[in-house]
Amino acid sequence: MSKRTEFAEAASQRILIKDGPYGTEIQRAKLAPEDYAGDTGLTADQKGNNDLVNLTQPQVIRRICDSYIEAGAHILATNTFNANRISQADYDAEHLVHEINVSAARIIREAIDAAIAKDGIPRFVAGAMGPTNKTLSLSPDVEDPGFREVTYDEIVAVYVEQARGLIEGGADFILIETVFDTLNCKAAIMAIKQLERELGQDIPIMISLTLTDLSGRNLSGHTVEAFWYTVRHAKPLTMGLNCSFGAEQLRPHVQILSDIADTYLMAYPNAGLPNDLGEYDELPETTASLTKVWADNGRINALGGCCGSTPAHIAAMAKAVDGIAPRKLPTVDPDMRLAGLEPFTIAA
Amino acid sequence: MSDLTTARFVNIGERTNVTGSARFKKLILADDYNAAVEVARQQVENGAQVIDVNMDEGLLDAERAMTTFLKLIAAEPDIARVPVMVDSSKWEVIEAGIKCVSGKPIVNSISMKEGEDQFLEQARKCMDYGAAVVVMAFDESGQADTKDRKVEICTRAYQLLTSIGFPAEDIIFDPNIFAVATGIDEHDRYGLDFIEAVAEIKAACPHAKTSGGLSNLSFSFRGNETVRRAMHSVFLYHAIPAGLDMAIVNAGQLDVYDQIDPTLREACEDVILMRRPDATERLIDLAESYKGKSAADEKAAEEWRGWEVKKRLEHALVKGIDAHVVADTEETRELVAASGGRPIEVIEGPLMDGMNVVGDLFGSGKMFLPQVVKSARVMKKAVAHLIPFIEAEKDLLPEAERKAKGKIVMATVKGDVHDIGKNIVGVVLQCNGYDVIDLGVMVPWSKILETAREEKADMIGLSGLITPSLDEMVTVAEEMQTAGMDMPLLIGGATTSKVHTALRIDPAYEGPVIHVLDASRAVGVASRLLSDTQRDQFVETTASDYSHVRDARAGKGQSVLLSIEDARANYYDAFLSDKAAPPLKPGVHVFDDWSLADLRDYIDWTPFFRAWELHGNYPAILKDEVVGETATQLFADANEMLDRIVNEKWLTAKGVVGFWPCARDGDDVTLHLDDRDDVVLPFLRQQVKKSRDRANMCLADFIDPAGDWMGGFAVGIHGIDEHSKRFLEDKDDYSDILLKALADRFAEAFAERLHQHVRTDLWGYAPHEQLTNEALIKEEYRGIRPAPGYPACPDHSLKPILFDLLDVPGNAGLTLTENFAMWPTAAVSGFYFGHPEAQYFGVARIGRDQLEDYAQRRGVDMATAERWLRPNLD
Repeated sequence: MSKRTEFAEAASQRILIKDGPYGTEIQRAKLAPEDYAGDTGLTADQKGNNDLVNLTQPQVIRRICDSYIEAGAHILATNTFNANRISQADYDAEHLVHEINVSAARIIREAIDAAIAKDGIPRFVAGAMGPTNKTLSLSPDVEDPGFREVTYDEIVAVYVEQARGLIEGGADFILIETVFDTLNCKAAIMAIKQLERELGQDIPIMISLTLTDLSGRNLSGHTVEAFWYTVRHAKPLTMGLNCSFGAEQLRPHVQILSDIADTYLMAYPNAGLPNDLGEYDELPETTASLTKVWADNGRINALGGCCGSTPAHIAAMAKAVDGIAPRKLPTVDPDMRLAGLEPFTIAA
Repeated sequence: MSDLTTARFVNIGERTNVTGSARFKKLILADDYNAAVEVARQQVENGAQVIDVNMDEGLLDAERAMTTFLKLIAAEPDIARVPVMVDSSKWEVIEAGIKCVSGKPIVNSISMKEGEDQFLEQARKCMDYGAAVVVMAFDESGQADTKDRKVEICTRAYQLLTSIGFPAEDIIFDPNIFAVATGIDEHDRYGLDFIEAVAEIKAACPHAKTSGGLSNLSFSFRGNETVRRAMHSVFLYHAIPAGLDMAIVNAGQLDVYDQIDPTLREACEDVILMRRPDATERLIDLAESYKGKSAADEKAAEEWRGWEVKKRLEHALVKGIDAHVVADTEETRELVAASGGRPIEVIEGPLMDGMNVVGDLFGSGKMFLPQVVKSARVMKKAVAHLIPFIEAEKDLLPEAERKAKGKIVMATVKGDVHDIGKNIVGVVLQCNGYDVIDLGVMVPWSKILETAREEKADMIGLSGLITPSLDEMVTVAEEMQTAGMDMPLLIGGATTSKVHTALRIDPAYEGPVIHVLDASRAVGVASRLLSDTQRDQFVETTASDYSHVRDARAGKGQSVLLSIEDARANYYDAFLSDKAAPPLKPGVHVFDDWSLADLRDYIDWTPFFRAWELHGNYPAILKDEVVGETATQLFADANEMLDRIVNEKWLTAKGVVGFWPCARDGDDVTLHLDDRDDVVLPFLRQQVKKSRDRANMCLADFIDPAGDWMGGFAVGIHGIDEHSKRFLEDKDDYSDILLKALADRFAEAFAERLHQHVRTDLWGYAPHEQLTNEALIKEEYRGIRPAPGYPACPDHSLKPILFDLLDVPGNAGLTLTENFAMWPTAAVSGFYFGHPEAQYFGVARIGRDQLEDYAQRRGVDMATAERWLRPNLD
């Protein structure tokens, strides 16, 4: 059975649980700068290079992954948000990108294979690709709105490299997450299409948009609906939202997406909004009860946590939605759906 | 909203096409991209739903022109909101173009001209890029001219495309519109062939779309716009029903079919549908067209008006329709009178029954605040109609008959003038059968207590919006304690909180103190407080809840504070050489009547909905599954009132702006004024210990000690009183609250608009800024305008200094209460900081050391400083 089918079967039976973030959990491990660098021989300061930890301290990542499995997660993402050539350049670690991704996927693969061997519950490795810190849609120079820091082809190449490593390490899907720039996401989709041809295999895609303001647009200005029409050609296994704000503020946008996306919907909000000190203090029970509303309304197929979430949050969510029927996929009319920053539909 | 973005027939703008617009071609050839971008903007403003971009011109590097232009329009939200059609006969140009487009574009076009392999290769790429595609009816042997060729090529292409998984709904066929009435006989059929081919292609190719370039059709009538317009319109009139989905057309170049001179229309029809051999000659003879008149819409009959009268009253109450309520009430009264009943029975019977339905729906979350307030308006009008009849009945004792559920004295406390929230709560309570005595705004504690005693009230409700009101509420509580009262005290309003109530108000008064989060909770709280069975437990639970809050507060380690010296050492180190240049137009500027129509475009709607306790963001809230319907109705009502406010000039927007040379001196900013002594503005600094490299900010950090500029402003919306009075006389709380909420929005919009005027013109440090309203609301501009009493500058008492500097009472007609609330209430005032790194922050908790220092800098005693800054002290 293909992973795509296996996922569909699992998702038709229950609301699947996705894990939470790695960054804060890695911080809690209190690694020294030398622990980050390990024996890579990198001379630049690697403190904070959480992606490198996949290579240098795999046991730390494994431990975090196990804690999310224990919390009840079925979808385990790799710790590779910044494991791409552009972001790793900040640490002079571009040459390690492939290795980092292979190792990151392998750790999660091994962890879930061990768990599946024990209890037979289906679980999946989502190879996570972050947005990079460059944007294809916007000019960094206010004086020159036509300028771009990077080209479409460069972004495609960056993602091909990362996805190749993730798939080699055993990722089942590629998760394009925290999408703030729609064109970057389109380039990532193009990268996966190219990789599929190169490897001669199907690579299911998960897409997760992030909103930068409460009105429901991402940084490049696309509404949720316009974004969905723009990326629908990827035929993603899941479409959804992550990060952005807390579950309470994300609710109306999950609702919009739920009505229009004819695929599984996965959302993993932050644990509320940060307090005055930039810390997240929403309790696991609160996050769980807020996200349970989505489940009760039949709005969700997969649920997890982003910034501020801990294994306790994931466990609370898993408990809260246990036994609640997953969202049914809507059937949508075969209309022509175009998009600028806003959606535009031409009725059939 | 989907209705606005879903189309049946699509006009694709052709003005950004070098082959279609001579002007655009000239601009691109001259490298004048700024003007070229304006062409695109105009096109979208004129209603183009998709814009076609074509740079196929021999003298141009088309690839470069295409990518440059597409990147530039991507930076313009009011253009980029619509999809782009990337149009070229060269695949390389198309591919380079779609790599720059961030939505879902249309590729125009691909064809089988070079054979199936290349066609499918390009189609696959379009799938990977995520683009819809126009397929020209063109194959290896040439362009399709006859109907049969058009149909044959398109169906063949359709089969090929769907066989590789290309989504049928993403295919658009262009079966070629050619010129008719050219004088060449073979061309006569071209129009009809196209129309017939469209119908057959649509039937043979499910979900695919059809399109055409319209201007070709009338090519032989170049220079005769009237005839061209008529031909285009007539053509579309027949092609659209045949299945044509879109056309590349100058939207301004179409007439309404019904409005074309019938003679001309018939002549065009003869040509296009090939109805007579001499059609071309006849058409050439015609030149003029007339304007017609538009048809008026008919109103649908209102079915519910046919129901029996009690049902009608209930319907009117639940739906909040006041149009017929007086007549229906009178009809009911006559019915009741005819059967020997009394007028009061109309209230106790049908009207209260209707209000009970409203109460139940509201209580169960099926109705929302705006609807309830509208229902109340209907009820009040009905009751007002009945009162003369009731009073005419001398023998009646209405007081005893009509026993209210309870009596509540409500007031906005001394020093505060904000009453929207209080009015809403009042209406909700009245709707639910409570007797509400509303004392209005700026009510001293003595009057509140006196009224409560005289009226034998069951409870008191206090409201306030500005932070000093919190202290005033504590005073009321203390006085109630001194007076030995024991009735419950309800606390509400935007700055109040459960924590403040628990920490400050509850300990001051032994009777029950309850914080009421919003209007929807008011009835629940009131009914429990008056219930024999629930009261004690409710009071006890609340008291223990507040005691928990106090314990948690006392026990919990609060965030660590730095000493003020350490906080100052960690100041925000702005790059001072980036500071804004001196203002282009220094001095004081007075605006005594800013255009309301202009301000209307700057309204931020989300807070408007929040005022009505509808949560969600505009415009998504209009579609929200829980509150969408209510929000949409409220939005329509608001816009209707806005039309009147603007057209009938109900309100006047007055504002004043000034700029002063200044310098930072520690946490103070000293203003150097021409005509008087220096004025010192003391600011507060964050003291909470920061993580990582984050600074402890103070507004003074954005000012250069070596010399700089800052500004100030105040705006106010005048004139609501007259209308408010009229609404209240008309028992129309709904319109009254709506008006006040809109006046608040106008004040905020004015502040936003004026700030923009300051940035681009008066101060002028960002002359080229072009931001949409959305971007403005998101504050994507340079510089800030913090207001006294808000987080970055929490001391309300800076307002008198600002008011004095700008002579706000004289220049903008605003005054301050003793607690620094502005009057009229729809007003905003603040300071301008122009440094590019200037940003909003919250001062949050400060230490005693800073408080003492601040008291000294402000020249006030500690007790006064403490009173002003209480919310920042714990």
